Amino acid sequence: MTFGTAGIAEFGKALLIPLLAFLLFLGIWEFSAARIQTSLGAVPGPVEVWKQAVNLVDEHREERARQAAFYERQDKRNAEALAQDPSAEVHIRPYTGKPTFVDQILTSLVTVFTGFLIASLIAVPIGIVSGLSQTMYRAINPIVQIFKPVSPLAWLPIVTIIVSAVYVTDDPMFAKSYITSAITVTLCCLWPTLINTAVGVASLDKDLVNVGKVLRLGWFTRVWKLALPAAIPMIFTGLRLSLGIGWMVLIAAEMLAQNPGLGKFVWDEFQNGSSNSLGRIMVAVFVIGLIGFLLDLGMLLLQKKVSWDKEAVLR
Amino acid sequence: MTIEHLNIDHVTVEFPTPGGTFRALDDIDLVIEKGEFVSLIGHSGCGKSTVLNVVAGLLQASRGGVVLDGTEVDEPGPDRAVVFQHHSLLPWLTAYQNVELAVKTVFRGAKSKAEMRDWIEHNLRLVHMEHARDKRPGEISGGMKQRVGIARALAMQPKVLLMDEPFGALDALTRAHMQDSLMEIHAELGNTVIMITHDVDEAVLLSDRIVMMTNGPAATIGQILAIGLERPRERVSLAASAQYNHYRAEVLKFLYERQRRPGEAKAEAPAEKTAGESPLPQKSPDLKVVRDKAVA
Ligand SMILES: Nc1ncnc2c1ncn2[C@@H]1O[C@H](COP(=O)(O)OP(=O)(O)OP(=O)(O)O)[C@@H](O)[C@H]1O
Ligand SMILES: [Mg+2]
Repeated sequence: MTFGTAGIAEFGKALLIPLLAFLLFLGIWEFSAARIQTSLGAVPGPVEVWKQAVNLVDEHREERARQAAFYERQDKRNAEALAQDPSAEVHIRPYTGKPTFVDQILTSLVTVFTGFLIASLIAVPIGIVSGLSQTMYRAINPIVQIFKPVSPLAWLPIVTIIVSAVYVTDDPMFAKSYITSAITVTLCCLWPTLINTAVGVASLDKDLVNVGKVLRLGWFTRVWKLALPAAIPMIFTGLRLSLGIGWMVLIAAEMLAQNPGLGKFVWDEFQNGSSNSLGRIMVAVFVIGLIGFLLDLGMLLLQKKVSWDKEAVLR
Repeated sequence: MTIEHLNIDHVTVEFPTPGGTFRALDDIDLVIEKGEFVSLIGHSGCGKSTVLNVVAGLLQASRGGVVLDGTEVDEPGPDRAVVFQHHSLLPWLTAYQNVELAVKTVFRGAKSKAEMRDWIEHNLRLVHMEHARDKRPGEISGGMKQRVGIARALAMQPKVLLMDEPFGALDALTRAHMQDSLMEIHAELGNTVIMITHDVDEAVLLSDRIVMMTNGPAATIGQILAIGLERPRERVSLAASAQYNHYRAEVLKFLYERQRRPGEAKAEAPAEKTAGESPLPQKSPDLKVVRDKAVA
């Protein structure tokens, strides 16, 4: 294999152009940011934001170290107490530090996956059934059409109140805030998946439907062997749309409801208003964007794995 | 009294359209013997696929019906396997799996796993596709896809094999090849076959009888031509045979003199213009006259 000029040109197109564009973006940002004065000082440029990112990671490390030390002390104390008196009652208290940036990222990720998973488990089967049955489609259509355009943030108060009322246990396995956020994500992840699945299933080639009829395939085989494989691309289109929307909505919901997560981090920094706050918020913005991108990429890889058509161009 | 094998009994098909009911078929009446190879030929849009769909049970006749071995056909089933014009293989399954789906469904409980595997392989061999058994439809040529489609249909062990322009999308050479394969298979298995075709040579070469349909709307059987050529038939020697050319000429005469294409007829016979174009709400006596004129 030789790297001729063509190879270099290809390489340049694939890597150099995006890189140059990104550098240009950073340049414009650095240049213009310094010129905007706010109540919190100048808008941070890329260098400052990078510093804040390193800071946030350091803070996380310190917090973890403190947490480890706390548990160590507690274990030691308990061990000593037990050594003196084997019947002594030992207390294991959880560490109650402030959640770090990394903690908030993990919280948001877990929440978005929960909401997305619940939505998919509901939307795909309903989508399949309404794609197969005209009656079911007619039944479900008005509901979908009405709820689809509703901003999920409008759901938030309702969900919060209902969760507070319904989810009452002495020993909650999940935090209420987590459930509220997850359900809000679910409510907006439902529609794109449902609609795309239904359309994908309904647009199954008429000849293939006839093949199923001639073979007198049972309902289950028809779904499993005909409808589902045919609808896979559309289902994934729906899932990707849903996950993207779900991620956006979650951040907004966390800001609004003060539920733990990246949204709360952004809001707290905003309220905090220190000279570092703008930089830290910008780090969050980049992380939110990057995670959104990675989520979509993950779905794409999953689609490649599940899809029968390995040659299909996916983007 | 003996029961006919396949009786297409005075079948009339009407479609509801926004402009009223549209009569596609009018009183199609045909009895087919066991093992017979029948071709349906006629201009595009006359209703050939509609006839096939009624026999397949995919479409209900508005009047009349289809009786197969004494039982009325009222739903699709594997005893009337269909080979569709566009192969209609499941693109996500390999050739083997496509046939397997049919075999597993039709012979559930009747054949063991090993027997099923042998049967699938046997049918793929029959159409000379055993070498591509693990390829998906996207990876094989049009002719090969059509072969797999035929293997799938044959694997159902149907009483009647229904083929809707099975070779229409193939190039001439592949088509000739497929026709030879089909003749071989038909000689070996003796299935009853109804095949739709646009190709006069194909019809004469393969058929025991050629059913020629009049133009729609309200298409019906215009003429039936029995082909008395000895089997096995061989295309090269037949090309020079006077008998073969006589049959060929008969079909051509029907298609191009007595049943012009609707478009051509329009220019000459203004009466047919209305009949040919607008879906007629009711069985119109006018149309009947026009059509009879055209046939007679
Ligand atoms: N579902 C339907 N509703 C209304 N009209 C229909 C329907 N299906 C078929 N037709 C009409 O019935 C007539 C016969 O159609 P058909 O498909 O049987 O023709 P064909 O002979 O198979 O044509 P081709 O050779 O082009 O395949 C056509 O005029 C068509 O427009
Ligand atoms: Mg047709």
